[in-house]
This record gives sequence, structure tokens and C-alpha cells, in this order.
Amino acid sequence: MAGPDPMSWWQRFRALPKDSTPKTLAFALAVALGAAIVVSIATVTLRPLQKVNLERERQARIVAMVSRAIGGTGTLTAYMVDLETGRLARDMDPVTFDAEAAAKNPETSIAIPQAADIAGLGRRAKHAAVFVRFEGEKPALLVLPVYGQGYQSTLWGYLALKGDGNTVAGLSFYKQGETPGLGARIMEPAWQALWPGKRLADETGTLRVQVTKGSAKGPHEVDGITGATRTNNGVTSLLRFWLGDFGFGPFLKRLKSGEIRP
Amino acid sequence: MKRTLGTLTHPVIGDNPITVQILGICSALAVTTSLATALVMCAALTAVLTVSCGLISTLRHQMPQSIRLIVQITIIASLVIVVDEILKAYAFEISKRLSVFVGLIITNCIVLGRAEAFAMRNPVGASLLDGLGNGIGYSLILIVIGTIRELLGAGTLLGYSVLATVAEGGWFTPLKLMLLAPSAFFLLGFLVWAVRSWRRDQVEQPEFRIRRPAAGGRP
Repeated sequence: MAGPDPMSWWQRFRALPKDSTPKTLAFALAVALGAAIVVSIATVTLRPLQKVNLERERQARIVAMVSRAIGGTGTLTAYMVDLETGRLARDMDPVTFDAEAAAKNPETSIAIPQAADIAGLGRRAKHAAVFVRFEGEKPALLVLPVYGQGYQSTLWGYLALKGDGNTVAGLSFYKQGETPGLGARIMEPAWQALWPGKRLADETGTLRVQVTKGSAKGPHEVDGITGATRTNNGVTSLLRFWLGDFGFGPFLKRLKSGEIRP
Repeated sequence: MKRTLGTLTHPVIGDNPITVQILGICSALAVTTSLATALVMCAALTAVLTVSCGLISTLRHQMPQSIRLIVQITIIASLVIVVDEILKAYAFEISKRLSVFVGLIITNCIVLGRAEAFAMRNPVGASLLDGLGNGIGYSLILIVIGTIRELLGAGTLLGYSVLATVAEGGWFTPLKLMLLAPSAFFLLGFLVWAVRSWRRDQVEQPEFRIRRPAAGGRP
């Protein structure tokens, strides 16, 4: 009989002792495949539910931060901002806007030049959803979405500013994957309570806001978290990016000149 | 039938993974500040332990000796990831409070210990019962410690006020120490002592004896 017979090959494989190299390899492969399939199915089927939970958490955090910042729940109105011009994009709906998806889609996002990309984002959406509370014609409080690279994850948060566009009313992170007990402490209310009253830029308009190593000096600095240098630096970088010319800079300029109205 | 039942009930008190084998202490300290987190942790560990013992016992005749530990860990780790994902989807608040400790079930000595000591040598049914029994034994201790710590540390049980605290206008001053890790050590120590006073057979022989000084003493 000529040529390999598949049946005899299989029978020879089965007859091998269980500690032989081919059987060991086959067993390892089978276990790895089985485990991978089970884990993948669990992750994929449960992701929509987890997203809903995260979304609820995000909204609860905005409400909590705003009520801390202004003492009570004033009504905030959501607006879309064209980040390049800094104007409100009134034709877009902020409720259905998905910032994460928009930042990935090449049609709704732009690449950030390497030199300006201090927050390590790569691309950013052309628009952003912001929340503003007006008192009469003047903005009294605004909440800006901010995110950027931390130590081992992307930090997602909201920065609340007073009407002058320079005084921090609150900073709150709602999603991150930093080291528990170290970088993950940016989620703690105690650390976030250090932010209200801090100023972003000095008199000349230069951004000075910084998370420092050790204790903070002056109105622009905030105490860093011990043992989480790269998370601290990540927070500094993402704030400076989003407040700079590639972030909300143009919008804040128009806000200060009184152009942004309800 | 009696032996089957023994496989299930023996690890609950007679060979309890925490008070007798002194395993899984890290998570027993970390998640018992409130009863709710302790209960969820118990459910997660019992599920992982039972299913992993069953699976490993099913595969025990095919499992090559040279890679058996890594295969056991792969199975346990996959189950832990699945449980963690389920908690994140259906019990989000609790899973945030448990943080890394669900993931750390992978390194819990009870799970690998039962796989290696029991499931590798026994049929599937007995292994399932052994996993379940050890899970119940672990849960029993966590529930006892979690109840004491939440009750004395915050005056509540499962979030409901039981002892009216001073802050709410009552008489009870919460013992803040109960919410810190050392209190769990104390409670666990007392518990081990109590169980061993009742079940003298669990008392271990001392590994060495202190020699009495010969000179100056009475004969």
C-alpha cells in the first residue's frame, strides 16, 4: 500500500503515550484554543451591557461634579463645538454624538501633528460636545470633555471651568485602567477635590497648569499622586493639550471675547 | 452515598480552606469590609472553584504531566476572566468595589490547591463536590468576618442600618478599626482559635519545643 493513509496517521497519534511531545503540544493547543474561544465569547456578548454601565457612570460623574462645582444642580445645556474655528456647531446634535467613534473615523477626525500631540492621541474628532450654563447672556460654567494617555491606559474625564474660562471648577475622571492604588487614585474624590479654584494660565495667557511631584506651589499647581509619576504627567499633558490651540483654545478665546451666547 | 456527602461537607469545617489549611487569606482580608462584597466574592470563588475542579478532573487522563500546572492555570484564568466580565456587566457597582480581587482569584491558593490535590486524582462528580464544598467553606468564613466587620465598623448589614450610629442620632459609635485590614487578622485569629478549641483534632503538633533550662529549676 503506497501513500500516507490519514486513518493510520490518526491511529498512530492516538496510540502515542500521553506524555509524548506531539500529544503534549496538541493538548496545549487544544486547551489554549478552548480557553480563547470561551473568553472571547464572554467578552463580546457582555460588552454592550458593560458599555451601558460605563455610560451611566459617566453621566453620574458629570452630575456629581457639576453639583459640587456650582452647589446644586443648575441646568446645563449641551452644545457642539467646531474645535478648529471655536464656534458652536448648532446644526449638530450633541445627544447622539459619540466622541470615541468620531475620533476613530477618518471622516470626522483629523490627525494631530506630532509636535502638538502631547497627550498621545494620534487623532482627534473635529467636533466635541460641551456643556454650558448661562446666566443671562454670559456663560457661568462650562464642562469640557478631556482625555489622553496615562501610564498604561487612556484617561477619560471632564473639566469644569468657571465663566472666565480660566478658573477650574472641578476635574473628574470616569474611565481609566491605571494601577489600582496608585494611578487609579485619580478617580478618588479626595484627589479631585484639590482642583477647584486652580488657574489654568497666568496673566500673559501661557498655560501653567501642572500636576507636580511633591507638594504644589502657587495657583497653577496641584499635588501629584505619590508613586504615579506617569499618570500625573498624563493628566498635565492632556489638560495642556485640550486647553491649547489644537483643543478648546479657539473656543475659549471666543468665550472670553463674549462671542458664545445661548 | 455517605462518602459522597462527606466530600461535600468535610471541607466546610473539618478541613476548611481558611481556618485549617490557612489559604486564601489575602482576599479574605480585602473583601470583607462589607457583607455585600464578601457575598459576591464568595459566589465568584465558589463558581470558579467548582467549574475548574470539574473541568480539570474531566481532562485528568489526557493531561500531560509536564504541562499540567500551566494547563490548570489556563483553565482557572479563563474562568476568572469570564466571571469578572459577568460581574462588570450585571453587578457593576460591586465589581468596582472588588476591583482587582476578582482577577486575583487566579492566584488564590485554594483553587490551584484543590485542582492539584483533589481534581487530578478523583472522578468528575467527586471533584465537583469537593470544589463546591471548599467554596462553601471559604464562603462561610468570609460571611462571618464580613458580617462582624460591617456591623461593628459601620453599624449596617448589606447597607441597611442595624445599629443606629451616633452620626444618625443613635447610640452606636462605629469602630473604624473594623474597616481596616488588621481587624480581619484579629477576627480570623479568634475564629481559628475558637474552631480549634471546639475541634481539638485540628490543633497542629508544634514543629519544635522550647527546651526547659536545666540549671536552677526544680528537679
